[in-house]
This record gives sequence, structure tokens and C-alpha cells, in this order.
Amino acid sequence: MYRPDWLLLVLVYWNIALPQRVNLGLAFACGVILDILLGYSLGLNSLALVVVIYISSLHYQRLRNYSVWQQMVLLGLLTALYNLIIFWLQHWLTNVYFQFSYFWPIVTTVFLWPWLFWILRKIRRQMGLS
Amino acid sequence: MKPIFNRGPTLESRLFIVVVLSLGLLISDGLYGVFKPLRSLLTTLVSPVQYIASLPAVFLDASTDRIISQEQLITENEALIQQLVILQADNQRYQSLQAENEQLRKLLDAPIQTNLPKKVAELMAVDNNPYSLQVLINKGSINGVFNTQPVIDDQGVVGQIVDVAQTTSRVLLVSDLSHAIPVRILRNNLRLIANGSGELNLLNIKHVPHSADVAEGDILITSGLGNVFPEGYPVAVISQIKRDEGRPFAMVKATPLARLDRLRYLLLLGQQEMPLAPLSATENRVIKGDLNE
Repeated sequence: MYRPDWLLLVLVYWNIALPQRVNLGLAFACGVILDILLGYSLGLNSLALVVVIYISSLHYQRLRNYSVWQQMVLLGLLTALYNLIIFWLQHWLTNVYFQFSYFWPIVTTVFLWPWLFWILRKIRRQMGLS
Repeated sequence: MKPIFNRGPTLESRLFIVVVLSLGLLISDGLYGVFKPLRSLLTTLVSPVQYIASLPAVFLDASTDRIISQEQLITENEALIQQLVILQADNQRYQSLQAENEQLRKLLDAPIQTNLPKKVAELMAVDNNPYSLQVLINKGSINGVFNTQPVIDDQGVVGQIVDVAQTTSRVLLVSDLSHAIPVRILRNNLRLIANGSGELNLLNIKHVPHSADVAEGDILITSGLGNVFPEGYPVAVISQIKRDEGRPFAMVKATPLARLDRLRYLLLLGQQEMPLAPLSATENRVIKGDLNE
């Protein structure tokens, strides 16, 4: 219920850091794998991820230069969009009812971002990826 | 060295391609189930990821098992022995009753119900998918698990298999929004259909006439109609009835008997060769609850 959207976080980070390498194609592939793993209809997570990664790769240079707080706010918006898209698609497919508990991941994802950002930046610098 | 200009297609054209691909997948899989046959192959391909993801839980379970004190084990053992004695005593009567039942059925020329083969499976993971109540178990097609195989626990019906990989499979719980199960009331054999609600411990029973003889506390058992679930397994107990005359049907809610939030060991019933008719696409949609509204 409260589990953050790990895949979204990691993909957004690498998209901001290496926009040439981590892009829409990879987001789509990861989304399909997530769909298979979690038993969603194929294409559900991939569509939501692709839209979010598209937005973040449009603005990667701006996102890089923001402070952690601003990044957290923007990431909250991105996660909200991601969860909303999934909810809408699910509603279209299976008539799920609206429950607030569907949107808890937004909160946990936002608060995880600074830590993940720090760890992934460390890894990126150690491996010398640029 | 970073290229100054993006090579390859522009961002917008990439977006267009992947969105079209995703929508194509969504429509073909979500609405028409085109990828159902491929699904088991795909799940088999990604099952190593599932194993790795379930490792921390496995370690945690193993370590909590290890630090159980001896006292706890002794009390648990005593309780289990007592339970075993009681169950065996019941079983003695059960066997004579079964023999009697068979004789009576022979007299009536009714077909004798054979015992279904059972397989024990263990819960591997609860899916992190808030929209669909599913669990993952550690038996797959190499253990003879098949699609739509009924799954029960020690209290009642848990659900059915929806997705078989080689060594794992996925169980759709009875309370999932897209699940429906044909049941009858144990007391008076009234046939009903119990739909999942999307909440773990709630089933909705639809299309119950206001005049139907339904009472709170009635036990629902599988009716054996629909050829998926064998007859006679307990499913749920009716928890709430609202007879609002302004509505066309009474609103009946039930609580599943299986402890869906505390699943650990599960029983898989039946085997492939059984005369369970394979479901056609339309029947499948009906059983999976597309009939709602």
C-alpha cells in the first residue's frame, strides 16, 4: 500500500543524469517487464512511465539545477501523474472505484527521492558514468 | 564525450512510437486478452526477478523461525497434537459417513464423487498491485498447475490460478474486483454468485431478490456450477443484508472464510485431466466478472 514507486524514481534519476542513454525506449521496456511481474494488463505501466519520462526528459536540464526541495515538489507532481494515469487506465479496463489508498505511494516516493538521489549520484560518480 | 545534438529520432517521434505501442498492447491485452497464451512464457522469463525480490522475505522468515524459543515450540506442539486428535476423531466418523453416502448414492444411481487430488503450495509474494488482489505461489507448470485451477486454504476457497509460469503461478483471490464465484447457501441450497469487491475481506452478492431467504450468518459453499470450482467447499459467510425497497435487488455482503490476509500454505485442487471443460472466451469474461452492471 505504502510502497514507493521505485522504478519511477530510478528511471527519473537516470533520465536526468544521462538523458541520452536512459530514454523513452528503456522506460517502455521496464514498464512492460513491470506489467508482467505484477500481473497488470500489458502496456499499463509502460504507458504511464513513458509519459512521465517524456516530461522529465523535456525538462532534464531544469530539473538538474533545482534544489532538492524543488525537485521533491516536481517529483511529487510526476508521481501523482503516474498514479493517476494508472488509475484511469485501470478504471477504463476493470471499473475500479476511487480509493484514497491508491495514492499513498505519492507521499512515500517524494520522501524517498533525496536519499535515492544521493545514493545514485554516488554510484554514478564512482563508476564514472556521464 | 556527450553529443551536442540528439542522434536518432526526436523525442516527440519516440514518444509517439512508444505511446502507440503501449496503447496497442493495452487494447489487445486488456480488452481482448490477445497475450493470454504468451503470458506464461513471459512470466517464466521474468520469474528469476521474482525469486530475487522475494529473497529478503525468505531470509526474514528463516531468521524469525530460528529465534523461536523452545517454550513456544513446546506449547505449539501440544496445541497441534490436541488438534490432530480432534481431527482424527472427526475423520473416523467422516469415513463411515462417506461409505454410507456412497452406498446411498449407489442406491439412487447418482454418480459417486471422488476425492480430488491435492497439492500443497507455499505463498511466495503478495503482489504490489493495489488494483488487483493476487498472490504468487511457488508451484508452476512443472508441478502440474494449470490455468483456472481452484485454490483453497484450511478454512475456505482462496481463489483460482490465472497465470502459470514454469515454477511459479499467480492466484487471483476471490475478493478481487474481476472475480466471481458461483455459490449456494448451505442452509437452503439457494444459488447465488459472489463477486469480489476489490477489498480483501468483502464479497458482494448481486442480484438477490428482496424475497430471497437469506440471513446474516449463512454459510456460502461452492455450487460446482461453472465447472471451475468443485462442489461443496466453503467460501464465505454472509455479514450484512440491506433490503432497500427502492433498489431492484437486496444488497448482500459476505466475508470470505479463507484468511486472505494471512495466507501461507495453500492447497491446489484437482488435476488437468479432470473433466473441467476449458472455458471459452465469453464464459471466461462472465466468470471473471465482466458481467457486472
